[in-house]
Amino acid sequence: MEYIFSLEFIYLIASVTYILGLKMLGHPETARRGNLIAAAGMTLAIIGTIFLYQGEVPTLIYALIATAILIGTIIGWIVAKKVDMTKMPELVSMFNGMGGASAALIGLIEFHHYTGNQLSILTIIAAMIIGSVSFSGSMIAWAKLNGTLRNPIRLPMYNIINNVFLGAILAFGAYIIISGSDSQIYLYILFFAAILYGILFVIPIGGADMPVVISLLNSFTGLAAAFGGFLYGNMVMLTGGILVGSAGTILTLAMCKAMNRPLANVIFGAFGENNDTKVGSDSNIKGSIKEASPSDVAILMNYSQKVIIVPGYGLAVAQAQHVIHELEQLLTSKGIEVKYAIHPVAGRMPGHMNVLLAETNVDYDKLVEMDDINPEFQSTDVVFVVGANDVVNPAAHNDTSSPIYGMPILDVENAKHIIVNKRSMKPGYAGIENELFYNQKTSMLFGDAKDALTKLLQELKNM
Amino acid sequence: MTDLIDFISNNLQMFYIVILMIFVGVEIIGHVPAVLHTPLMSGANAIHGVVIIGAILVMLGTDTENILALSLGFVAVFLGTLNVVGGFVVTDRMLEMFKKKK
Repeated sequence: MEYIFSLEFIYLIASVTYILGLKMLGHPETARRGNLIAAAGMTLAIIGTIFLYQGEVPTLIYALIATAILIGTIIGWIVAKKVDMTKMPELVSMFNGMGGASAALIGLIEFHHYTGNQLSILTIIAAMIIGSVSFSGSMIAWAKLNGTLRNPIRLPMYNIINNVFLGAILAFGAYIIISGSDSQIYLYILFFAAILYGILFVIPIGGADMPVVISLLNSFTGLAAAFGGFLYGNMVMLTGGILVGSAGTILTLAMCKAMNRPLANVIFGAFGENNDTKVGSDSNIKGSIKEASPSDVAILMNYSQKVIIVPGYGLAVAQAQHVIHELEQLLTSKGIEVKYAIHPVAGRMPGHMNVLLAETNVDYDKLVEMDDINPEFQSTDVVFVVGANDVVNPAAHNDTSSPIYGMPILDVENAKHIIVNKRSMKPGYAGIENELFYNQKTSMLFGDAKDALTKLLQELKNM
Repeated sequence: MTDLIDFISNNLQMFYIVILMIFVGVEIIGHVPAVLHTPLMSGANAIHGVVIIGAILVMLGTDTENILALSLGFVAVFLGTLNVVGGFVVTDRMLEMFKKKK
């Protein structure tokens, strides 16, 4: 009894650390400590589970658990430490998938222990389906973000197929529960069907929406963990899982709000359905492209009073965040006011740009969020768009047929001059044309962000 | 139906936790600046790694004869660890960059 009491007590402490940790993660000053507190709680819960377990456990099992944890720790640690900050979103997605897979495997193993107990089977089946979907979905999101899977793949009528398929999975799951079947074959069929569904679920969704998908799958995994908690009557799994499930859902909705699109719209693929109208809207774009050389841009900037930089994912890909910081410092030293305009969904995740620029020691106060910076464009001499596209696309304001119509954007057109750095005229992540590039006030500075910025920096230094 | 009612009354405590945690989760996330969305998502991602507790419990209760369950359990613990360790470490790395520069 004493043991049970102390393990329960450890779980209680751990649950508090999760709540506290998440709470602290919401404020810049306490965020890091919050993460560490939650990590400490997790370590405590894991150690407690192993050492306070009641019952005879063969040494072999302990050895296996220790080995699995050791290998997992080493690999997880190295991967998390080594990966480039630009690749962080896909990493989060990958880790999320691992958690989902873990939940699914628990279901696979525990199934036959609970035959006949319908409610336990219900939680097992639920954890397994959700975990499997989260796993395969996260893997697809990961592949999409790292560029392995570049284009959305859509079967004809994929929405109908997906929903019918989901219905079939749920019906089959219900059948297993109600019939009290103990068939392992049925269980494996369900497992693989759920994995397949995860793939079908994510594969039609455009790459630009991956952050929302990851956040959604994140809350799915939380839910799967919570079902595990139900199964074992384990409070720490229950609190942790539900907490992440609900927090993840709210975060998902917050991201959707930043893009001004309902969640259903993201999942059921408005970007895809608008494919036909997209072609039509392209032809509406009139005007021609003006190209500028690095020295043109340098002169323009040199004689400005205020420059706003709009960073996008292209900046991250080119690893140009250090050069842009240098540019900012140089301009500031010339008495020019420089700010960064951060769109909430710039990059591949909300806050992605902040993380990248913070890495290069850009002053926190210079990173200005969309609503605060938008009124400032009017008094700005030069807006410098580096590797961003969809977040500055005026189609969001004035083209009702555009898939991004209604998304709040940075109103860069209000500035006196717009310089856009891009590698080529290829459309952005959402795959749509941008009439901003054809604007009278816009000049294009073509080239890899790092090269172009380095040249620009050199020109400016020579002035 | 009686099964369900029995289940709920036997596990009333858990249902309370579920309901309260849903509200806690919603309240906590309510006012987070967009800047911190990514680290927050990553931190939440690490926390659902708590599923590893379940994986460990499975292993602890498994018979050494049952090779299949043992190997699946091993993989589950391994993947759960990846989720926990990787999740917390990468979140820490992100947040490290938010150091206030004076």
